[in-house]
Amino acid sequence: MALQSLDIKRISATTVQPPVAREPVTGTVAKLIDVSKCIGCKACQTACSEWNDLRDDVGENIGVYDNPIDLTPQSWTVMKFAEHENNDGNLEWLIRKDGCMHCEEPGCLKACPAPGAIVQYTNGIVDFHQENCIGCGYCVTGCPFDVPRISKKDNRAYKCTLCSDRVGVGQEPACVKTCPTGAIVFGTKEDMKTHAAERIEDLKSRGYENAGLYDPAGVGGTHVMYVLHHADRPALYSGLRNNPSISPVVGAWKGLTKPLALAGMAAAALAGFFHYTRVGPNEVSRKEEEEAVHDAQRIAEERHETR
Amino acid sequence: MKHDESLKHDEILKDKDGHPLIQRYKPNERTNHWITAITFVLLAVSGLALFHPAMSWMAVFLGGGQWTRILHPFIGLVMFASFLILVIRFWHHNFLDASDRQWLRQMPDVLANREEKLPRIGKYNAGQKLLFWALIVSMLGLLLTGFVMWRAYFSHLFPIGLIRVASLLHAFFAFVIIMSIIVHVYAGIWIKGSMGAMVRGTVTWGWARKHHPRWFEDEVRKRNR
Repeated sequence: MALQSLDIKRISATTVQPPVAREPVTGTVAKLIDVSKCIGCKACQTACSEWNDLRDDVGENIGVYDNPIDLTPQSWTVMKFAEHENNDGNLEWLIRKDGCMHCEEPGCLKACPAPGAIVQYTNGIVDFHQENCIGCGYCVTGCPFDVPRISKKDNRAYKCTLCSDRVGVGQEPACVKTCPTGAIVFGTKEDMKTHAAERIEDLKSRGYENAGLYDPAGVGGTHVMYVLHHADRPALYSGLRNNPSISPVVGAWKGLTKPLALAGMAAAALAGFFHYTRVGPNEVSRKEEEEAVHDAQRIAEERHETR
Repeated sequence: MKHDESLKHDEILKDKDGHPLIQRYKPNERTNHWITAITFVLLAVSGLALFHPAMSWMAVFLGGGQWTRILHPFIGLVMFASFLILVIRFWHHNFLDASDRQWLRQMPDVLANREEKLPRIGKYNAGQKLLFWALIVSMLGLLLTGFVMWRAYFSHLFPIGLIRVASLLHAFFAFVIIMSIIVHVYAGIWIKGSMGAMVRGTVTWGWARKHHPRWFEDEVRKRNR
């Protein structure tokens, strides 16, 4: 795909600046998932499969509504059903639509060693270009949300694209289009924040004191955001990370280590070259060869004398 | 006069200038060394391709990105196995002694080609011995962390935190081994006659006496036994 029409902000394993003259004047986009409105119907899951031509294998029911149990290369979004008993002793069903969070600072992109396999568009969407993917799984290592999945069939990584193909032609993602309760909405990030603020106000008025927006600062914010009734405890929602950020280990591995190690190797090779050109090779002279022969004779004689 | 005859017998092996030669490495040892060396080069270039974007083009050496990802770990296993045999062959030559420590203290003399000022060295000098141990440590580290990182077969067995640490450590051990081999290769280029030891298996008596005098004496004594 030519880069010009895609308005790319970051490209994996690339050190030069991609073309950035074109930028969405309305700012980045975001998908807002209002967990309090979700009825767990999985229409979004189906819409995702339909639009993206994905058909997962029929799995096994393990006694919960989660189906499939987890994200796969064929299931880019999965509803996760968590049963939570609140302080009043009442059961709350906390249903979360799991999938790629489209981080502003994507750990997958930072870790990816394949040029052009992961891109971030200027509208904020993080997309995998499977034709460039080498299947190393570094994106899995880099992701703070455990999202990318490597296909066993083709050894390439897959995840939610935020329907970049639909968004690119002015449409909303398939999951948003199909959601029957309006729990998923899509628009500019600013608009989504405004909408979320209204929703949070409403939730608070209904007794959810800790309602809030999930837009974690540790990854620079995300382009998939949640309205949570218990925003103080995201982990209640099937293990949503409380304070996600790129692991400092990944940061070290793909940060300062990279240029420093390369500079070290180059310096070592150059040091060798300059040592050679300053001190010169260490050679054995003809005289030293003769001395060695005499030495050998001496050693042989000593042996005979001591015998 | 008997010893003269024995010298004559030794002089059957001579280089192009007529200098008598000593065998330093047998054919199997050379093959073993070069298998390790070739696999190291393939691993270094493919590993660097995965490590830094500036080196991404090096993926061509193993046939592109996907092939690099597929082949790199298998070649790693070959290198480790080959190196293991080298270790079994050579470990007993590689313990540091007092003269080795003295040799290390006189690094400026080493670097300035003043070997006449250095303590008398046996089969290997302290640099070679340290390389040997650095390689053992980094190869073991690369093997263990490599298994944890090997997404196609093994990564699912390990928690993500361990995979992250393994990835960082793999890069660290790779850095150590590449730096060590840069020094090793440079020493081979700098000290004329070393390359012959690993290519033909032989060194001249003058070379042996200049760089490894204790080993030279031992070899001469063996011949006159």
